[in-house]
Amino acid sequence: MDIFLQQLANGLTIGSMFALIALGYTMVYGVMKLINFAHGDLVAASAFVGLFIFTNLFGSGTSIFIAIAVFLLTAVVIAICGVFLERVAYRPLRTAPRLSAVVSALGASMVIQNGIMLLWGPQLKIFPDLIPQVYWDLGGVVISLIQVLIMAFSLILMIALYIFIEKTKMGTAIRASSIDQDAARLMGINVNNIIVTIFVIGTSLGAVGGLFIGLYYKGITFNMGWQYGLNAFIAAIIGGIGNIPGAMLGGMLLGLFNAFIAGYVSSTWADAFTFTLLIVILIFRPTGILGERVAEKV
Amino acid sequence: MTTTSNDILLKVTDLEVSYGNIAAIKGISLEVRQGEIVTILGSNGAGKTTTMRTISQLLKAKSGSITFNGVELTNLPAHKIVSLGISHSPEGRRVFGILTVEENLMLGAYTRKKVDPEILSWVYNLFPRLEERKAQLAGTLSGGEQQMLAIGRALMSKPSMLLLDEPSLGIAPILVKAIFAQIRKIAASGVTVLLVEQNAKVALKLANRGYVLEVGKIVFSGTSAELLGSPKIQEAYLGKKRH
Ligand SMILES: Nc1ncnc2c1ncn2[C@@H]1O[C@H](COP(=O)(O)OP(=O)(O)O)[C@@H](O)[C@H]1O
Ligand SMILES: [Mg+2]
Repeated sequence: MDIFLQQLANGLTIGSMFALIALGYTMVYGVMKLINFAHGDLVAASAFVGLFIFTNLFGSGTSIFIAIAVFLLTAVVIAICGVFLERVAYRPLRTAPRLSAVVSALGASMVIQNGIMLLWGPQLKIFPDLIPQVYWDLGGVVISLIQVLIMAFSLILMIALYIFIEKTKMGTAIRASSIDQDAARLMGINVNNIIVTIFVIGTSLGAVGGLFIGLYYKGITFNMGWQYGLNAFIAAIIGGIGNIPGAMLGGMLLGLFNAFIAGYVSSTWADAFTFTLLIVILIFRPTGILGERVAEKV
Repeated sequence: MTTTSNDILLKVTDLEVSYGNIAAIKGISLEVRQGEIVTILGSNGAGKTTTMRTISQLLKAKSGSITFNGVELTNLPAHKIVSLGISHSPEGRRVFGILTVEENLMLGAYTRKKVDPEILSWVYNLFPRLEERKAQLAGTLSGGEQQMLAIGRALMSKPSMLLLDEPSLGIAPILVKAIFAQIRKIAASGVTVLLVEQNAKVALKLANRGYVLEVGKIVFSGTSAELLGSPKIQEAYLGKKRH
């Protein structure tokens, strides 16, 4: 029972991070029908940018204000990178064959990964303790302040995003653009602006995810975007790519699944089990758990 | 409708449009005056939809000019067109299937600061079905209801001109009649209508004037009476409908 509760807490923590990152994949896919392979690398870049901002602007010492400032500044920097990425790597290929955009995405991924290595080196870096290391022992189950904050903030961000997408005029325009871009233009929606908005939101959430990874795992590497990106991408597919609540659900499910595999089997097998889960889900629900809506729109 | 003025609202001049190397519109000119209902007739593949999409700037003209109220449209992006007063109900309806009927209508008013409750109730008056089903996903409506929604959505921007691309397509004859009766009301309220149809019979019953498009060229134009009276038109577009 202790293992179960412990892995439940860990799984919800990891799942929150997967979900935040998965949203970036799914939102871009929703409107552009493009897998932004560089998204995971922007997530990795975010951890390094956060580290850089902290050490250069604040030096040392932690406070809630410093933590908030690091998160905000990092999100802004990464969002700018995301908008720049869309501008140079994807917009020129908007009407090109699908494969060109995929190749461009893979290229962008490598550029960002190598850029991080060039700036910060290939060795593992230690992410600073922006949040104090506080642990609570709840009768055999240990939970850290960091875990609680990760879960709480992810939840808040996801609820905020959900309300924005479902209830606001801009959110409705985003949904319309992901259904039918030409029809959206006939309504007067500037689809280019929608795409920029999507990149800003998706990469900002990814940036928060990257900082959470730094806080939670401590060690960050230039190529970690591949690993976390892949998991988040799978989470988006499990939930139904293009579907925003689906990415949240898929992220949480995959996080929990990973944690329970690590708790009851072995963490070395986590990837093998992840792919097995993906295959099984795709056999029974080819469009993902909430993906019916995607298939419906034809 | 007896006070039709002679102000030209939409003027298309020497328009050419191609898909890659294939010319779809080969230099057409037409005009629509304030308050008119004008129809473009033509069989499948004649270039009617291409013409409409080029007016809305979803397609870019290869050459020629399109002016609306004297404003040149061809160098504007598509999303700028609706706020000039042209609203386009596209071929195949293109309603947002996984959004509700109400959300679809709200999107029709996207360029307006606020949704005008008067327009909304006018649209619901024209198509009461839409009000009954406002909370339903648009994709679950019947074809005829989706067509009503597409027209209603286009009206939400309070346009001075409505572009209708084959509103009768794939719809039961009874509903076609009902929808065309409402189009007549919309026109009577002062909205200028450019209507594209394969169904020449219903279109000419409604329109003041018409153009006949054949493989990208206008081959005939005149008043509805002239078109109805022309043996060539009767044979090509009305023939099989004469039971
Ligand atoms: N996306 C496209 N790509 C290439 N050719 C097209 C495309 N859309 C239409 N066409 C061609 O342009 C011509 C006119 O089509 P269209 O405007 O749809 O005709 P209509 O609406 O009168 O049926 C046809 O020959 C059609 O095959
Ligand atoms: Mg057509």
